[in-house]
Amino acid sequence: MELWQTFVKMVHALVPWLDGTVAIILIIFIKAMALLIPLMLVVAYFTYAERKVIGYMQLRIGPNRVGPKGWLQPIADALKLMTKEIIFPTKANIYLFLLAPVLAIAPAIAVWAVIPFDEGIYITNLDISLLYVLAIGSIGVYGIILAGWASNSKYPLLGALRSAALLVSYEIVIGFALVTVVMIAGSVNLNTIVQAQQGGIIYWYFIPLFPIMIIFFISSLVETNRAPFDVVEGESEIVGGTHVEYSGMTFAVFFLAEYANMILMAVLSVIMFFGGWHSPFEAIPYLESVFSWIPGIIWLLVKTTFFMFLYLWIRATFPRFRYDQIMRLSWKVFLPITIIWIFVVALMTQLQLSPWF
Amino acid sequence: MGFEQIIFYIFSFWFVVSSLAMIFSRNAAKAVLFLVLAFFSAASIWILLEAEFLAIILILVYVGAVMVLFLFVIKMLNIDKSTIKARFTGYLPLRLIVAIIIIAEMSLVLGSNQFGLDVFSVPARHSEGYSNITVLAMQFYTIYVYPFELAAVLLLIAIIAAITLVHRNDNTSRKKQSISEQVNVQAKDRVRLVSIILPDKKEK
Repeated sequence: MELWQTFVKMVHALVPWLDGTVAIILIIFIKAMALLIPLMLVVAYFTYAERKVIGYMQLRIGPNRVGPKGWLQPIADALKLMTKEIIFPTKANIYLFLLAPVLAIAPAIAVWAVIPFDEGIYITNLDISLLYVLAIGSIGVYGIILAGWASNSKYPLLGALRSAALLVSYEIVIGFALVTVVMIAGSVNLNTIVQAQQGGIIYWYFIPLFPIMIIFFISSLVETNRAPFDVVEGESEIVGGTHVEYSGMTFAVFFLAEYANMILMAVLSVIMFFGGWHSPFEAIPYLESVFSWIPGIIWLLVKTTFFMFLYLWIRATFPRFRYDQIMRLSWKVFLPITIIWIFVVALMTQLQLSPWF
Repeated sequence: MGFEQIIFYIFSFWFVVSSLAMIFSRNAAKAVLFLVLAFFSAASIWILLEAEFLAIILILVYVGAVMVLFLFVIKMLNIDKSTIKARFTGYLPLRLIVAIIIIAEMSLVLGSNQFGLDVFSVPARHSEGYSNITVLAMQFYTIYVYPFELAAVLLLIAIIAAITLVHRNDNTSRKKQSISEQVNVQAKDRVRLVSIILPDKKEK
């Protein structure tokens, strides 16, 4: 942190024009790049990991031709998609057609601004960061709706209609699920929520909020359009859903948005329910000192990687849900459970149930 | 001109431009998107006013839910532009009168003589530790707790009323799926294994 302070001062000294306005913009830009470049690399290699993991689960090898063990496969894919022609359907609304992928990726990246990676490592410490995550996350649905509508084609419209209704329903479930987290932590600041889980694995919120944790994870699968809830694409039902008319880089941007959202949801699960940057060995007599040298960001990334692996594992395991069953799951199963659990948490708060309150 | 002022003018500019574009846009879907842009600009200006909770709620509720439903409805509509144009001139005098009355009323109520700097002082800048959401919660759950809860109950009644209006309880006339029946289905309910006595091959 001191290093960062000296860096900020240095930038201000180097760029003194306009009351330091240029310096402020430059610092914001550097911060954004420091997050964005690793994020895009992780997204690229997450697609590689997905193909490898599912490959081994299906007794195949997966990509192994480009580079040693296929390590350069994502780079090759990116190059291929960049050089491909972007095809515009006739009579498609071209502005909205091009705006849709932008509206898909912009919120997927903008949400990362408030994610705390370690004690004091974040882009911005917003006081209402949880609401910010929900608000910006809810904009992602515009990408899908517009892609379906602007394509002026049959299957994209069907896919967009299906998924728009689905995403709006599951946002309600996620909102209610996060209310319980807010009730325990007593804050909507993600930093405070993680700090409230300090003191060992027993303090993490997945213990008092176990059903909510499961519901949040399943809902995050729906929100990111992942199997077994990928009705927006549904290859076997509606060809490719909203992506049918998209090609080349426009398609790649949708793909990037989906994977960035998946990683985001994994990080959010860790922050809400699994102690964020806290070590699982806290308050355990011998192990705590052995593992104390590991920085918090490593713990966060390790836990996040586990959840990212769960996404791939689930995709390889379950067949696709029928659409009306997903809707039923949201409105008739998850929503009542979350509302009941709000009352349970209120009861826990009143009883001062240790160690969480 | 400071950084904050530059941001303010950028967002104000977009607010005005997108509001006008929303009104003058001929395409309904584009109008909704310009309205979304207007909401964003308004939310950004609210954040500059340290009302970040309201700004986020504006985006969460209006952009995230209401406008999505608007787009949803627009996609379903089959808009015939010629009938809209034909109606436009017919009702024009009445519409002009209504518009003028609304503009006059709004300028009287929201004008600078009501909300000018001589009536309201410049809002004070709060210190760094000021939490907008805490202050709002203190107001809502202490002084205004009954109005707040009444509003919540009103919304609940509206939801129940809407569901009751569309709910049909006759199980005889329509086809219905029983999910629990589908989930609990056994192999013996679906597949009937019949042993067939094969004719002897030698008889051929």
